[in-house]
This record gives sequence, structure tokens and C-alpha cells, in this order.
Amino acid sequence: MSRRLAVIALMLLAVPLDAQSPAPAAPPSIQVPFRQFQLPNGLNVILHQDKTVPVVAVNVWYHVGSANEKPGRTGFAHLFEHLMFEGSKNVPEGQFDILLEAAGANNNGSTNNDRTNYVIDLPSNALELALFLESDRMAYLLDAMPPEQVNSQRDVVKNERRQSYENRPYGMASLELDKMLWPANHPYSWPVIGHMEDLTAATQADVQEFFKKYYAPNNASLVIAGDIDLDRTQGLVQKWFSEIPRGPAVEPVAPPAAVLTGVKRQTLTDQVSLPRLYLGWLTPRLFAPGDATLDLVSSVLSDGKNSRLYKRLVYDDQIAQDVSAFQSSGALGSSFLIVATARRGHTAEELQKAIDEEIDKLRRAPPEAREVQRALNQVEASFYRAMERVGGFGGKADQLNAYYFAGGGPDFFAEDLARYTSLTPADVQAAVVRWLPRDRRIELVVLPEEKK
Amino acid sequence: MKALISVFVVLATAAGFAQQAPNRSKPPALAPAPQLTLPPIQKRTLSNGLAVWVVEAHKVPLVQVNLLVHAGSGDDPAGKFGVASLTAAMLDEGAGSRSALQIADEVEFLGADLGTSSSFDASAVRLNVPAARLAAALPIMADVALRPTFPQAELDRLRQERLTTLLQARDDAAQVAPLAFGRVVYGGTHRYGTSAMGTQATLKAFTIADLRSFHTTMYHPAGATLVVAGDITTDAVLPLLEKQFGGWKAAGAPRTPVALAPQLTQAQVFIVDMPGSEQSQVRIGWVGVPRSTPDYFALQVLNTILGGSFTSRLNQNLREKNQYTYGASSRFDMRLSAGPFFAGAGIQTDKTADALREFFNELNGIGKPVSAEELAKAKNYIALGFPSEFETIQDLASHVEEMIIYKLPDDYFARYIANIQAVTAAAVQKAAATYIQPGKFAVVIAGDRKAIETGVQGLKLGTVRVLTVDEAIGS
Repeated sequence: MSRRLAVIALMLLAVPLDAQSPAPAAPPSIQVPFRQFQLPNGLNVILHQDKTVPVVAVNVWYHVGSANEKPGRTGFAHLFEHLMFEGSKNVPEGQFDILLEAAGANNNGSTNNDRTNYVIDLPSNALELALFLESDRMAYLLDAMPPEQVNSQRDVVKNERRQSYENRPYGMASLELDKMLWPANHPYSWPVIGHMEDLTAATQADVQEFFKKYYAPNNASLVIAGDIDLDRTQGLVQKWFSEIPRGPAVEPVAPPAAVLTGVKRQTLTDQVSLPRLYLGWLTPRLFAPGDATLDLVSSVLSDGKNSRLYKRLVYDDQIAQDVSAFQSSGALGSSFLIVATARRGHTAEELQKAIDEEIDKLRRAPPEAREVQRALNQVEASFYRAMERVGGFGGKADQLNAYYFAGGGPDFFAEDLARYTSLTPADVQAAVVRWLPRDRRIELVVLPEEKK
Repeated sequence: MKALISVFVVLATAAGFAQQAPNRSKPPALAPAPQLTLPPIQKRTLSNGLAVWVVEAHKVPLVQVNLLVHAGSGDDPAGKFGVASLTAAMLDEGAGSRSALQIADEVEFLGADLGTSSSFDASAVRLNVPAARLAAALPIMADVALRPTFPQAELDRLRQERLTTLLQARDDAAQVAPLAFGRVVYGGTHRYGTSAMGTQATLKAFTIADLRSFHTTMYHPAGATLVVAGDITTDAVLPLLEKQFGGWKAAGAPRTPVALAPQLTQAQVFIVDMPGSEQSQVRIGWVGVPRSTPDYFALQVLNTILGGSFTSRLNQNLREKNQYTYGASSRFDMRLSAGPFFAGAGIQTDKTADALREFFNELNGIGKPVSAEELAKAKNYIALGFPSEFETIQDLASHVEEMIIYKLPDDYFARYIANIQAVTAAAVQKAAATYIQPGKFAVVIAGDRKAIETGVQGLKLGTVRVLTVDEAIGS
């Protein structure tokens, strides 16, 4: 959930880590070999060369997510994502996937609150096929969109929802959390997957409107990374994407203020064997001051056997089966969640008491220097690990787009790492005091249903 | 079209590139597929006979070191199902002079990732570490692999954790269905009929002596291989490995092969009742093939066509055409002995019977000749996509592990693409006739009996039995 886990990096200028003192003295310097240009229609393009294996990642972000949805049409951004694979003017239904598989490619898409992304990973000889397909659906999706197409993907998405929420243990709780955290008119208050009745209500007219409003090149960003020739690839992008007309400018989402003023507590029942507790707070948005600190707080709390909550609840007291803490960062705001599942014979109240005691300790005194350094060394290593793969969700191509979208420009790598390496134990304590108050948060408990 | 071209020319000029207009009347022709050049595997041996296989990859300053132990859950003795898995899980719960907490602290402080795990066919201790900290991390890894202390308190903790995991699995139809399917196909005594973790009964009974016994007999240099991949040379890594692993002198015992399970002979249907389910989790199949099957490549192509890709017949029918599911697939789970073949999906409850009918239509249909176009698409999907499996050092190490565990020839990966491309329609059809016999398949449905039983009975697939979750996967 937190970006740190999928943190990027391009080419680090090799700064060897010192085995004698693992603490990084200074952030490694990072060189980001990329080329960026914009087509006259507003499409932003970023190219990055990595010839490790003869593979290319083609990654498109449209700057629209569930936060852009209108009332009564929750889930529409994601439903629309599904329609993007169903063919366009020059790509008959079914051919998008058939052509790509026949070329040895994999492809996928995903939608969150803020953006929708599309990934195609393919052998480098097939790059132009991906550009043909991506440009055709960006330009001509509506030329091949009969009403029955909406119906078919509507039912697929309903089954995605059943599989991921209704029929998954604790699945409905995850939908309830956002409703409790955010005010009713805030776009993060409704689920990305959407309400069933809104999925039912979506129409062909909605598809037309949404495409024209949000799927124009000036609201998109294309990254091509991997085994490419930069000049040739730039030429191919110009060839395939230049004819697509610019669309209207997209108004930024203006969310209402979101503040928790007290404790909101709720209890749900589910067909589960064990109680689970969720604690949640509203926290600074992606890349705002405090965001990285809360990532680090989450590591101190729940990464590894020695982390505060894991050691207390799972390792020492053994009252919990699992505990996790994470900063879930969004463009309009973030939330910090702690989730713990009780062992048999233990209660959510016991978990909450132990969690609160551990948070109080961090409120009163900063963590040990070694706790913080241990977490930072893991962050640093994660930068290296993220350099290996160009494609897929969280690969280098996807991360270049993520940084660009966040407004820092694709070359935000050094700054991002520095957000972490500059933090101190006192910063962790201060963030806990500032952002994780006991009297302004949500508390959600899931209890096992009585057996019938 | 004319208008578009004129716009295009303006833009191209503005960008300073001479271009042609895109011809969208057909997809662009593909250039010849690129050659994949795999880095060589360098094979060495430590003074104690422990084999070391090294693949150098210098893009990122990381090193992967895996101690692959040629014994897994398949080597669990009768009555001790779960001991391989628990032994592996206990390795880093105390080793050498360090406690569980000290191991975790030191590994994380190095920015390293140290994992211990097992599958049916092997166990492994896997280290991923920044290259400059390899020398600092290896002694911890060696302690974990060779000198675990198996503290009683940690065993008691992991035992409770695993019992709780088994308890939680019962809440989830997506976990109940495969567990019940394994039991139906293999029974309670064959190792593949029970989860790798074992049962409540075996977990409750395990002692420190059981773990020590498995470790002493199955972890030894003649039955293990060190796999190294990443940013280090063979010459540089060997002295480090010799220092940490060269003194390992355990004698060990040979493996006992997992018996080939008897094949199913008649159709049978089991409904595992999970009242209130919004979807039915379905698994359909029987005993498949071992990894050593001579039909390996034909089966890869067959399964890609049937249910191994997005455009496969099962997914196209059940998801795209009928919208009964978010996705349907099939798989041959190949192990040292014959693992299961199964097709499966999560089906919306009121479409359960309709979906089963379509599953069987496709399972029966795969026995008929496949078209040249469908065959080519499947072969190209596998063969042309192959290079992407070698991108990271973990990818490289896991492919080397596959070679070792399944005793694949040295040129296996070099010849992989050619072997896939050589598969004929006749070979696919023959493999289908042999390995896909729907009339003998077991069908397991974890779902709401009240809502689905009548429809399922109406399909007349075979005798329908209704089981509680307890009956299906053990209490």
C-alpha cells in the first residue's frame, strides 16, 4: 500500500554500501537516464533504456480514478478500465489480447482513487504492436463500443467485487473503512470497486462522456522502458499518437476538508472465525511533509519480528495472529491503518489495549536509533531491488509514471529516498504525536457471526 | 482520413521528425523476435562436496544466495505430514548463538532479506542482500541453514500460528475448495492429499525431536546445492562460501520418492456447504503428471489453450462470453510425482450449474483438434514471452533451482523455445486424450448448498455428495 514497498529507482550510480557500518552515511546519488518530451496534443512521454533482457514495458497512466466519479456512478472508473480491453475502431473485440499473446506479451490494467494505469510487457521486437493498440484505444475506443459491451463487463466487475469483497473473509470491512474515515462527500469515501447498484446503473452515455472527458492524450502519460532505441522509439510514438486530438482540460478534483474530530467506533459481523480490529487515522497526502515519516512509523510498528507491535502482540503476548501498520498514500489525502487479528480466545479489546500501550510508548519517547536505522537500511535496499524489473505494476516504467503524476517529475528518485534517509528517531516520535492521536480516529471491529 | 493526415504532417514537422502516417488497417508487422542470451551457469564444488552453481548478473548491486535442500513436504514421513514445512519455518527461530529476535534484527539491519521455506519437492534458505554486505550476511545464513537450535518456545509459538492459519482457511471458500479437492483426488494417506503444513493432529503432535530428525537426515551437503545469482564473480564468492559452508559434514539419508497416486476412475461431485456464499469456488480435475513427463512441452501448449492465459478457452467462455466469473483457469501442478491437474474459478452462486456445464464443454472440447491459429498463438505466447522470466536475480536463481530439483539437462533453457515451437497439433490432441478425461474427473464446489444443489444435481455429472467443511478438509 505504501509507495516505499514499490519504490522506484533507476540507475543508481554505484555507491557501495559499507559492510562495516551498514548505516548509509549519505543517500546514494541517483542518476536517472530518461528522455522526456510532449506531443503537441499534450501527451507526456518518458523513455528509459535498459537492455538487460530483450523486453519492453509500455505503461500508460490516465490521470483519472474513482475520485473523479460522480454521485450514483461509483466504480465507474474501474468499469471503464475493463472496457479499454474490449476493442477499438481498428482492433476488433477480443483482438487486443489475442494479438498481444500471439506476440508473447502480457498486459493488465488497474484503477485506484487517483489514476488508471495500463501495462503491456512484451518482447522488444513487438514494441510497435503495443503502440498501435494503445494509440488506437486512446483515439478510437468509442468507435467500437456497443451497449452490450458495457453489460458484459459490468457483470465481470460484479464478479470481481464478489470475489474480492463479499466472498472474502473480512472483505466487507475493507469497504467500510473508507466510509468511516472520509466525510460522505469526499471522493475517497466510496470504494474503487463501486457499489453494486451503481454498477447496475452505469450506461452507454456514461461511457461516452467519461472517455471524452478523461481519456484524452493531454490527461495521459506514456512511459516506454526497456530494450529500446531512444530515437527510433520517439519516432514511433510520434507516428502512432500524434493524430489523437487534444481533449478539454480536466478540472482538478476539489475535495471537501477531511478531519476526524473524535472517535468513530463501529462493529460488523462476518462469517469468520476470529475477531479483527482496524484502527485508522487521516494523514498527510502523498509526498507532503509527514507522509514518509508515517511510512517509517509503520516500519517501526510492524515490519519484522522486532517491530513494536509485532513483538508485543504476536511474538511476546501471542494474543494476535497478525498485525500490520501502513500509510496508504493518496493524491488528495492519506490514511494510516493498523490491522490486527485476534488469536482464538482473545478479543479485539485486548488487541486495542496492547496497541494503544505501544503507541503511547512512542508518543512518550523516540524509538532507539538502531530501530530507525534498521528500517532505513531496508528502505535503501528496496531501492536497489526495485531497479531490477522494467515492467508490470511497480516496475520501473510504472514508477516513472508515478513520480511524473505526483508532480515531482520522473527524476524524483533522489528526493524520494532522501525523504526517508533524512529522518531521525525524534521525527518518528513527533509524527506519532501529531498524526496518531487516540481521541481522533476510527475503530472498526469485525466479530464472528453466531453460528446458525 | 485526409484531415487526419494533414494534422499529422503539421505535428510531425513541429517535432522535427520525418514520419509516415500510421496505417491502422492492420496491426504492424513484427520484426524477428530478439535472441535471448542467457548468462552461463558456472558449476563449482566446495571441499565437502557441496555443489555451487553461479550465474553472474551485474546490473544491480545485489546478490542472491540460495541453499537449496533436495527434500520437501514430499519427504514427510507417514504420520508426520507437515514436518518439512515446520522444520524450514523453524530454521530462523534460533540458530548458532543467535535468538530468533537477534537473527531478524541483524538481517534487517544489513538491508538483507533472509527467507526459509519449503515446497513439496525442496526446501530452501534464500538470502537477498546488497552485494557489499554479502560477507556480513553469509555467516547468519549459514547458521540458520546448518545450525538451527529449534527452541521449544518458538516451536510452541509457530505451532499455534499454524493451527490458527488452518482455522482461518476454513472461513474462505477460495482456500477450502483446493484443500478439499486435494483430499478427494489423493485421499488422506498420499502426501499430496494434505496441505504442506499438515493437519491439526500432526501439528499438535510435533516435538523438537521430529524437527531435529528431519533436519539431520535431510539437510546434508550431498543433498543440497548452493545457487548464487547477481553482482559478484564466481572467483569472489567461492572463498566466502567455502568459509561458511565448506565445513558442513552431515551424512544425511537418501530421499524416499513420493509414490505415484492411483488415478481416478469415475466422476464424482462434492458440494462443500458454505452457507451464504456469494460465489461458488469450483475445482475440477484429477491426478496430473510429474515434472519429468515426456509430454511436458505439449502440456504447456495444451494448458495455455485450455486455461493458462487470458485468451484461453475457459476464460473466454466463462468470463468474457458468459460473465459467470472474474476469471477461469486451469493448471498442471507438476511435482516430482504426479501433482494435480485442475480447472477452477469463483462463480457467482446463481450461475454455478451453468458454469459447470461450460467447464465441461471446454474440457471435452479440448480433445478435438486445435486450429493452426490457436496453436501458433499459444506457442508464441509461451516462447516469445520466455525472456521476461530471466530479468531479476531471483528469476535467475529460481530457474537454476528448477534445473537442479528436476534434473533438467544443461541446455534445457537454451532449447526451451525450440521445444515449445516444435509442439504439433497432433501432440496437443494426444496429450488431451491422455490427460484430460472429464468423464473421470472429481468436481469440488465450495458454496451455498441450498442455492446450488438442485442445479448441480440436474447436470448429472456423477454422484453428488454434500460435505461439511469439517468432513471435506478435516476438523
